[in-house]
Amino acid sequence: MQCRNIVKIHRGRGVEGERHGFRAVDNVSIEIERGRIFGLVGESGCGKTTLARAILYLDPPTSGSVLFDGVELGSLKPPMLRKYRKRMQIIFQDPHTALDPRMTVYDSLSEGLINIGVDKARRDKKIRELLDRVGISSTYSRRFPHEFSTGQRQRIVIARALTMDPEFLILDEPVSNLDVSIQAQIINLLMDLKKDLNLTYLFISHDLNLVSYMCDVVAVMFGGRIVEQAPTEALLAHPGHPYTRRLLASIPGGTEASGFAYSEESLYKQPDTEPDKEKEIFASSSANLVASDACPYYPYCAQGDSECKNSAPLLRELSKGHVVSCYKNSAGQEPEGIERTT
Amino acid sequence: MDESGPLLKIENLNVRFSHRGKSVHALRGIDISFYKDEIHGLVGESGSGKTVTATSIMGLLPRPSAEIISGSVFYKGKNLLLMPEDELRTYRGRAISMVFQEPAKYLNPAFKIGGQIEEMVMLHMGLSKVAARARARELLKLVGLGRDGRVLDAYPHELSSGMKQRAMIAIAISCNPDFLIADEPTTALDVTLQKQILKLIRTLKNIENMGVLFISHDLGVIREIADRISVIYAGKIVESAGKESLFNNPMHPYTRLLMLSIPDVRHRGRKLATIPGQVLDTTSTPEGCLFAPRCPLAEQRCFSLTPELVEHEKGHLAACHFAGKSWNL
Amino acid sequence: MHVEGCNNGETERVMDLARFIAKRLLRLVLTVLLISTIVFFVIRVIPGDPALLIAGIDATPSDIAAIRAKLGTDRPLSAQYFDFLWKVAHLDFGNSMISEEPVTALILQRFPLTLALAVLGMVIGTVIAIPIGILSAVKPWSAWDYVGLVMSQLGMAIPSFWLGILLLLVFAVKIPIFPLFGAEILASLVLPAFSLGFARAAILLRHTRASMSEELSKEYIIAAKAKGLTDRMIKYKHALKNALLPIITVAGIEFGYMLGGAIIIEQVFSLPGLGRLFLYAIYQRDFPLIQGGVVFIAIVFSLVNFAADVLYSVVNPKIRLE
Repeated sequence: MQCRNIVKIHRGRGVEGERHGFRAVDNVSIEIERGRIFGLVGESGCGKTTLARAILYLDPPTSGSVLFDGVELGSLKPPMLRKYRKRMQIIFQDPHTALDPRMTVYDSLSEGLINIGVDKARRDKKIRELLDRVGISSTYSRRFPHEFSTGQRQRIVIARALTMDPEFLILDEPVSNLDVSIQAQIINLLMDLKKDLNLTYLFISHDLNLVSYMCDVVAVMFGGRIVEQAPTEALLAHPGHPYTRRLLASIPGGTEASGFAYSEESLYKQPDTEPDKEKEIFASSSANLVASDACPYYPYCAQGDSECKNSAPLLRELSKGHVVSCYKNSAGQEPEGIERTT
Repeated sequence: MDESGPLLKIENLNVRFSHRGKSVHALRGIDISFYKDEIHGLVGESGSGKTVTATSIMGLLPRPSAEIISGSVFYKGKNLLLMPEDELRTYRGRAISMVFQEPAKYLNPAFKIGGQIEEMVMLHMGLSKVAARARARELLKLVGLGRDGRVLDAYPHELSSGMKQRAMIAIAISCNPDFLIADEPTTALDVTLQKQILKLIRTLKNIENMGVLFISHDLGVIREIADRISVIYAGKIVESAGKESLFNNPMHPYTRLLMLSIPDVRHRGRKLATIPGQVLDTTSTPEGCLFAPRCPLAEQRCFSLTPELVEHEKGHLAACHFAGKSWNL
Repeated sequence: MHVEGCNNGETERVMDLARFIAKRLLRLVLTVLLISTIVFFVIRVIPGDPALLIAGIDATPSDIAAIRAKLGTDRPLSAQYFDFLWKVAHLDFGNSMISEEPVTALILQRFPLTLALAVLGMVIGTVIAIPIGILSAVKPWSAWDYVGLVMSQLGMAIPSFWLGILLLLVFAVKIPIFPLFGAEILASLVLPAFSLGFARAAILLRHTRASMSEELSKEYIIAAKAKGLTDRMIKYKHALKNALLPIITVAGIEFGYMLGGAIIIEQVFSLPGLGRLFLYAIYQRDFPLIQGGVVFIAIVFSLVNFAADVLYSVVNPKIRLE
């Protein structure tokens, strides 16, 4: 999947009441190779869900193109688009609202199949297979969603997505609402499914730890833009963007676990900069400021200066496959002051 | 740990909920001691009873559906559970305070932030309106909302979630409580915000010399903030230890499984440990260890003999027949 | 959502309010326009030439033509429509067919009585409904709750005119406290206002109880309890303020119904208000008066709702952002 220069503008009002477009996604380009797990990390308001919906053309981008298997989705007429859409499915965060409470599991799973004209015998077989694959006994297929636990419901949602035999799956915070032990089960399931069914994933989450564990490539999103992208190891070893480093430092318990030892002091170029001075990020503010030309992270950055205020930096290559958009980290330079225990 | 004895002590607390004939045994006899100047983390998954623990302390359980079958909560020598409502009320907000999970829902939308703080200090500390306002301003500055004085006159919906949570914290510490209960205060927040709120709580604990009960389902968060940790499963404390001790040597299989189910970047490609089976059906009261049906170590005796919460190492308690011995999963 | 470092909070809110009022005002105008249009076309859609009805069976064609000219129904529809709209904008509804007096004047002459009745009914209804509604929510299954339940059931089941007649029988005939008819003194408004108010009180009561119950089950109430606030403060300060807000909107709508009900009640109590005026207008096919009447009521109703909306947004700044 390739998306190029995706821009999504939401109609809205600024704080002063004047009308202006709010750029939820601001010039994003990513490429996902077949068979990879691509991770997208960001906090609320960064535009990650908007991007996901734009990629699937559920909420088509204002400008830019999305290519799936070489075909530009924007150029397709609705019937063809639907055909392509089958190959791309999405799983959302909340399993409670994803399933129609008044439809049995069986009905929810057969809906899509009926639409594409699969006969009953094949349908039954497929549903049984899929439920089996996700670890739900098919004897429960006539039950309603509320009779299942949250974890089970998420499995059903995954099964439903798989009824279409997709090649590409977008997972938008699929485990964020789940308890840690259930999370582990679902993650294991997703990894198994990927292997068995040859899937490609776009995994979206605010949990950098989880994304680093699961994904081959990680992109960090802030204020509607990709601020950094690198293969996982490279990102963890040489985080280039201040926001990435901030995210790493914010992983709870991260300083002792998982090999991260990003102490706050080590994250900033100037060792005497008080971490306290780094301002809290307000989701709504980051949205508003994207309307101006400055770097979206500028208001929250301990290193920002007038250069950053004047214009947003472009993504520049730091090393092979590793891009960062920050003036303070030019190509080849490893950010100073990072201590790691691994 | 403060040698002069616990600030607040929960003893054998047993709570049941009844709803339309069905009975849920939410807490099955828990014991925890909280000390001054210590952040005690209570970690458990959903349905474990951690929130019920919090609401029981201050007598906030929904009546009549909740029933305290037995147990006590001792604070400064008095049993809060037996206290008459009028007296208990004087402790709430004053001696013991609480911060909740979703600030948007727990702040009154119709009143300004300043007003919500002032009301507290005027009631509990008898301050005049003018003094109350000054104190509110002071508190907001303390929690990091003082840069613009507008928060005083702002309504909750005008603040971002981080600001709302800080406001709720300001309200909670306004009367200098001895003990703060924080029920998943950062769960609904973004991770960078979470870090700041955790830092704030720690700073405030130091300034005010409070004891803190910090509840979370996230072991990482607990690791970050807590000095001492208790792990709760199906309404029972299964392990309790100091932070280092717990993470270096988790004695209860549940604790260890929980730790292993957290993704570790150093082990990419390795499957995460999972806990088989389902969380215990809280309507039943089985014999033996409650975790036995799901435990990889379980033996015959685990199903008949209930393991007690026993100190196996200094300051490290666990309720498991295998605790103290070395085992691997 | 607020952004740090921006304008002053209070001016922001006032501007939001101004914008909100402007939007609602626009809505008001559009509503009146729409109603007027509907009224216009409905009357003309009714089969039967009004000119014929007014003229009577044995009128000559020239008489009929004359009446048509007077009514203006001989002109093309579009011309009539725009003329009508223009007049509505000036609150000129033409002259009554029967009495030749300007409709607007006729209406305004009688309106104060109807208004007074509606207002009084509203006051009585509110004074009864809201306290009982609050108490029944605060003390569920108590005596107050049962009183409230019974009252709301009765209020909804009993038509106001029936109640009016009953009250007349008891308090004007059997025990002559109140006058039987006429509107000379204030006392003559009491019984009609009460019968009017009692029925609508039922609705208000149920809404109040529901709103209050809902607020009491919200999370901020638990937080308030955790703050150590007294039971009184929690119920009558924290919950109440939030509960009353939506009631304002309900009350606004109820007032509109009061006006409508007033018109009917006037018949029972022989009060010379709008009710009689409009009834006779309908009997006599007084075209312009009917037209004017309906539009007038629509305007008043919309104004009342507008006022309720504005009041609500003054009290609850969150709404201004809608």
